[in-house]
Formats: sequence, C-alpha cells, structure tokens
Amino acid sequence: MIRQFGITEFWFIVAAVQWTLALSAVAFAGGAVGGMAIALARVSEIKPLRYSALAIIRFFQGTPLLMQLFLAFFGLRILGVEINPWIAAAIALTAHASAFLGEIWRGCIEAVPKGQSEASWALGIGYYDRMVSVVLPQAARIAVAPTVGFLVQLIKGTSLASIIGFVELTRAGQIINNATFSPFTVFGIVAALYFILCWPLSLLATRMERRFAVATRR
Amino acid sequence: MNYTFNFEPVFANFDQLLAGALVTIQLSLGAMVFGTVIAIACAVGKTAGPAPVRFLVNAYIEIIRNTPFLIQIFFIFFALPALGLRFDPNTAALIALTVNVGAYATEIIRAGIESINKGQVEAGTALGLKRGQIFRYIIMKPALRTIYPALTSQFIYLMLTSSVVSVISATDLAAAGNLIQSQTFTSFEVYLVITGMYLVLSLGFSALFSAIQRTAFNYPLAR
Repeated sequence: MIRQFGITEFWFIVAAVQWTLALSAVAFAGGAVGGMAIALARVSEIKPLRYSALAIIRFFQGTPLLMQLFLAFFGLRILGVEINPWIAAAIALTAHASAFLGEIWRGCIEAVPKGQSEASWALGIGYYDRMVSVVLPQAARIAVAPTVGFLVQLIKGTSLASIIGFVELTRAGQIINNATFSPFTVFGIVAALYFILCWPLSLLATRMERRFAVATRR
Repeated sequence: MNYTFNFEPVFANFDQLLAGALVTIQLSLGAMVFGTVIAIACAVGKTAGPAPVRFLVNAYIEIIRNTPFLIQIFFIFFALPALGLRFDPNTAALIALTVNVGAYATEIIRAGIESINKGQVEAGTALGLKRGQIFRYIIMKPALRTIYPALTSQFIYLMLTSSVVSVISATDLAAAGNLIQSQTFTSFEVYLVITGMYLVLSLGFSALFSAIQRTAFNYPLAR
C-alpha cells in the first residue's frame, strides 16, 4: 500500500536534519582535535612523526569516504564491538576530518612567515609558547575560510552514513520515498534541506576568503 | 578478539574486482572528459555571458556544490524516471558524475580564465587574431596550465566519489565488493582489499596526470 506524501512525512524528513547536524558536529569537533595533532606532527622536527602524519593524510585523501565508513563499520565488528552505525559513522568521519583538517592547517602553519619562528628561537621562546602565542594565532586567521569550506564538504559527507544504516537526512528521505514512492518531492526536499545547511557556509567561506585576500594585498 | 582473517574468497573473486575497477576507470574518465566540456562552456557563460546565462550557471554551480552527491544520484536515478527520463544504472552514474564534476570544474576553469591579463587579449586583437584563436591560444592554453593541478586533484576526488554509484547498482569497483561480501561474508577483508585498490587507482591517476603535465606543458613560461 502506498502512503500519500503529507505534512507528517515532511516533518519526519525535517526532523532528521538534527542527526545530520549531530554527526557533522561530532566529526568536526573530533576532527579539530585530531587535525591539530596531525598538522603539528606534519610540521614537526621529528622525522618519523612527520612521515606517519603524511601517511595518514595520503590514506584518507587517496581512498573513498564510503570505504572508510565500511572499514570502520565492519572493523568494529571484528574487534567485538556491538555494531552501531552511529558509532561507526562518528569514528570514520572523525578520522576523515582529522586527516583533511590536518592537511589544511599544515598549509596555514607553513604560510606563517618563517621569520616569526626564527625570531621566537632567537628570543629563547620554547616550542609550546612559540606555537600557542606566535605561530598558531597567525595561522588561525588564514585557516578560517578553508576550514568553513571543509565543513560544507563534511556535512555533505555525512549523507554516506545512510549507506551503513544511520538514520539522518538522506536515510529519512529514502525511508519516506519507499513508503510514498514520490521520489521527485522527497529528494527535492532533502536536497533543499542540505542546500539550506550548506549554502550559507559556502557564502561565508567565499566572503572571508575575499576579505582575507584584500587584507593581505600589498 | 578471536577473528581469523580470511582473504581467500576475496582473491578467488579477484577477476570480478578487476572488472569493477575497469568500470570505475571508465566512469571516471568519461565524467572527466564530458565534465570538462560542460565546465568550459559554463565558465565562458559565467565570465562573458548575458545576465540570464550567468544566473543559470551560478544556480547550477551552487546547487551541485551545496548538496551531497548521493542525493544528486538518487535524484537522477529515482526522480527523473517520473518525468519519463529513465537510464540504466551505469548511464545514470555517468550522468551524475559528469554533472557533479562539471560544477566544480567550472569554478576552477573560471578562475583560470580570470587569471589571464586583459592586456594579453587586447594584444591578440591588435595582432588581428580571430575570436576563436584568442580564446584558444591566449586564454585557454595558459589558463589550463595554471589550473592544471587544481583540476586534476578534483578529477582524483571524482574517481573516489564514484564509489557512491554502487548504491544504485551500477557495476563499479565498490559494487563488485558489495556482491562478493554478500556471498562470502568476509566484509572487512573485501573492503580492505578494495580500499587498497582505490588507493592504487588514485596513485595511478596522479602519476598519469603528472606525466601529462610534463609532456603537455613542457614549454617555457613567458617572461
């Protein structure tokens, strides 16, 4: 029996936005911590640390996010953990975000003129203070625009969690489509909701990029 | 953890994986070529077209870049048949990938076109070159050289994204993996091998692109 697409179905889809946002927030927060670690390892003086960070980045940038999700999902089962799509998706997306943010932030750290670090050395400022008070604040200014840009990519990426069975916006759309069989309406609405989430962030990223370009122009 | 890895079923069906990898390569190459054609047209429309064309191109870019690829492919495969446009899974996959990469490539190519100094074009006009010649030799050739790294990394990202087409039962590498794991119940092993194959594919594409870069752009930069 085919159900009619009505206001109940519409709200079911809209309500699923919270799970897309929750997954994005968890992955972004975890990714920020992991990304900072990877970025610092990538610019570290210690060779093995630099190369292992590079290997992590190459792996996550060279394989599909979908496979990363599958590996987390089925890998957890091998480790004997109860399979929970929510946990698997959160782990995979956090790792994915860590690698990407790590690479983005490495670029920002390296964009800070070398003289800043050298001056810190000359003044006898240690690693911690050099990073926290000298290099990172300057890198942060450069990092804002690409980080917001990556957040858009991450929100879109959470849609793949639907494939391992996590009920977020995309999966909610599929469920309603299977019941009502009105793909045009359903996927139109789902696409519109993603657009509402992502477009303002994209505009923000572009505007900040432009403002930064103007601010640094000589 | 008392799990014994069993890679035997994966390698017993390796020919299926290779066939899937071939489809992935074909889909990616097809989408790169068609997507670039769309992107050049859209980039020209966006930089030189009349206002309605600019609006349409902008709408296309923003809609594609701000919605997930998964939804785009669902729309093409499930919603378009309601309008009488029905495709088999592999065709739908190619269309979705082309439309998707077209939007990203448009922005990249537009940036390349805008990086060309206006004086170059004026010099071309002064030398009596035709519009087509100016576009080809003065705008596109150096623009392509500038944006080549950005464009090719977008292409590699496209190849990785193409794994998503397995959800509409296209016959790519990821789909071959889905099939084998559903028959042999060795999910982790299957996806581990496939992840490795994707890694090899992206390294391969990256090597191919830099080989092309060395041969195609092997002329000195103008001073």
